[in-house]
Amino acid sequence: MPGTGKDIVSPPLCAHCGEACITQGIILEDKFFCCEGCKMVYRIINQNGLCSYYDLNAAPGITQSVKVREDKFAFLDNEKIADRLISFKDEKQTHITFYLPQMHCSSCLYLLENLARLNPAVISSTVNFTRKEAEVIFLHHNTSLRKIAELLTAIGYEPYISLNDLKQTRPVIDRSTIFQLGVAGFCFGNTMLLSFPEYLGVDAGEEGLRNIFRWANLVLSLPVFFYSALPFYQSSWKSLKHGFLNIDAPIALAVMITFVRSLWEVISGSGGGYFDSMSGIVFFMLAGRLLQDRTYRQLSFERDYSSYFPIAVSVMKEGKEMPTLLPEIKINDTLLIHNEELIPADGILTRGKAFIDYSFVTGESLPVRKEVGEMVYAGGKQTAGNIEILTVKAVAQSYLTQLWNRHDRAPEKAKSFVHQVSKYFTLVVFTIATVSAVYWQIHDPAKIWPAVTAVFIIACPCALLLANSFTNGHILRILVRNRFYLRKAGIIEDVSKVTHIVFDKTGTLTSPGEQTISYDGTPLTATQKAQIAALASCSNHPLSKAIVKHLGLTAGNLTVQGFVEKPGEGIEGFINDAWIKIGSPASSSSSSEKKGTSVYVSIENKTMGCFRFSNRYRDFVPSLLKQLQKTYSLSVISGDNAFEEENLRRLAGKKSALLFHQKPEDKLNYIQSLQKKGERVMMIGDGLNDAGALQQSDTGIAVSEQTNNFTPASDGIIAADQLEWLDRFIRLCRINRKIVIASFILSIVYNIIGLYFAVQGTLSPLIAAILMPSSSLSIVLLTFGASNGAAAALKLK
Amino acid sequence: MSVIIILLIASISVALLFLIAFLWSVKTGQFEDDFSPSSRILFDDKIHSDKTIKSR
Repeated sequence: MPGTGKDIVSPPLCAHCGEACITQGIILEDKFFCCEGCKMVYRIINQNGLCSYYDLNAAPGITQSVKVREDKFAFLDNEKIADRLISFKDEKQTHITFYLPQMHCSSCLYLLENLARLNPAVISSTVNFTRKEAEVIFLHHNTSLRKIAELLTAIGYEPYISLNDLKQTRPVIDRSTIFQLGVAGFCFGNTMLLSFPEYLGVDAGEEGLRNIFRWANLVLSLPVFFYSALPFYQSSWKSLKHGFLNIDAPIALAVMITFVRSLWEVISGSGGGYFDSMSGIVFFMLAGRLLQDRTYRQLSFERDYSSYFPIAVSVMKEGKEMPTLLPEIKINDTLLIHNEELIPADGILTRGKAFIDYSFVTGESLPVRKEVGEMVYAGGKQTAGNIEILTVKAVAQSYLTQLWNRHDRAPEKAKSFVHQVSKYFTLVVFTIATVSAVYWQIHDPAKIWPAVTAVFIIACPCALLLANSFTNGHILRILVRNRFYLRKAGIIEDVSKVTHIVFDKTGTLTSPGEQTISYDGTPLTATQKAQIAALASCSNHPLSKAIVKHLGLTAGNLTVQGFVEKPGEGIEGFINDAWIKIGSPASSSSSSEKKGTSVYVSIENKTMGCFRFSNRYRDFVPSLLKQLQKTYSLSVISGDNAFEEENLRRLAGKKSALLFHQKPEDKLNYIQSLQKKGERVMMIGDGLNDAGALQQSDTGIAVSEQTNNFTPASDGIIAADQLEWLDRFIRLCRINRKIVIASFILSIVYNIIGLYFAVQGTLSPLIAAILMPSSSLSIVLLTFGASNGAAAALKLK
Repeated sequence: MSVIIILLIASISVALLFLIAFLWSVKTGQFEDDFSPSSRILFDDKIHSDKTIKSR
């Protein structure tokens, strides 16, 4: 953009939110603000002596330039709705937990925990920062739920209340694995200590003492056997019921045999048993399991449309607005959709001008215009004034929700190769046990029992499980460090097998917030540019904002008079006596072929030209696609028109498939057709329009601009700027398998040593006590070293 | 050598105390949020109203 010249004045930054103050003159004391909203929040905080808010972090506020509708939380006055949200209520107090996605720093924490200073009816507010939640306890006689929500909104933390909150079951955090691990660790440590006298040899004279140690060990092993090892019994029982032998089955068997044999030894007084080895392996395996089943508190992989939809919507009944719970909306209800609200059900537009932002559904950030009588689909967000729609489908039957509810992903994903290996492993162990039993039957029948049980104790595939769970755990940890989050460990293997990668275009390859703007027409003078910028900065429309950003100017001392915003058409006003209009082609009385989105400018009724908006590819897209072409087949699939085809063809290479005008179900069907050809497909997408395809694909990866953002249900979530390293991530997942196999080999060496003693019936508890922990430890170290080494070799963080 | 038995009981009960402390800390969610407590302690709270102090 040439010739912006001397007009550039770098604007002061807002004292509340730190954004540039485009409109000047909003000043309180000696501070500048970008909008009236920020100024108001500052005043509230200042008057209540909470100014530490601004001392803890520089400009910690959230921009208030987008106003929240005044009676947005009116539905909270409806008791039926409120009752579904509050967690506890007695005669005086109400407890409620709000999700506040704007929370981001210690200043937020400070302000939110001092809510009582802003509203005396609040007894306490406690923040859980990791989950971005605040639990507020208030006296409901002195205030109301609505007022609390409005207070939070007024200070910039608008509570996010979605349809999902109606499902009363709050996710209970399952801490049982940690408890089991704690108990196993305690018992393992103490059993090992108490086993020392046994290993070092106790004098014959102190038989009584030895027995006390043995019985103490027995008692200590009971919690391990009956409590800590439970997950292994449950998992193997489940797999047996399905007629399939998973890796937990032989482990459960080994734990049981070890316990029974040790019990028998202690009761009969013939030995000390293997309690320490048993507790040890249970402890290590639980630790591995915990490492691999890590949970991401701030992420959710199971989101469905209900987390996106509002909890209630205004239904027009006899001319009055009635807040109604979403599931209670019926066909033929008239819904009033306010500005900036989501359309919850498919319907026909009956009043107002719709200008709908379908970015949730299609990933396309530029709004679409609809006229009265046209169909509007659920999931779109109205961006220009209020509209009324007549519902033609219930919420659950809408086009979008139908897409979510498709659960026909029939082919259950193939079982991990670890389970296959363990099956052979179990077979071999049984063979060895039988052979040694037959051998001792002939030579010395008394040794059958010790030999056979020892084989099962030593050859338990716990090392296999350890190798697998620890490697998975480490790889997941490395991926998380690089902001690539997988839903569960099994996905690593799915990622490593990918042969075909399908990209969504809008929002995935292009970045949704940024547009390339080019100007076409009569060149504008610097003054005209400043005038246009001044006019555009009066509007909150995304296109106006983009133009202001593009022109990079402040309004300076230009004043806009007679500003009119016609929703869906454009804005106009007098700036320094020049009448300027910016808007869609119709309002500038000029027609042109449709080439993406354009905004026309006219000064004094004379069309000057237009700003053309086109999506911008992320900077790394060319190199990423070039890299990936070498190994995988690629497809780019888009809901857009084929306007970009040439450009994209150059980026994606000759062999790649490029598809345009794809509806959500077309995307899904395309993935299915690839799978029929035997491809293992990875789908990378971002919007709800990709939701079906993400579910259908072998691995669906959702791209997220911010990791605490909402993403459709998927197998993994990747931070948008990390997409650049996709190739390295896939390679790391492939290495995962090699590390597991290397650890298997190591564990088999240990097993052979152990079996050498076991088949002879001479496996003493001491040998077991050395072999088991040392094999476990060396596997833990090997997997740790190898996975970190691999990450370093791939230049990952 | 019966002193060993006393030592044994003593050592296991100490270990048991630690186990209980661990389980308690997990159960009360002390590992849930590792940001708030560390920042909360730094807040200047000399001008707290009575109400907030009571609720602590």
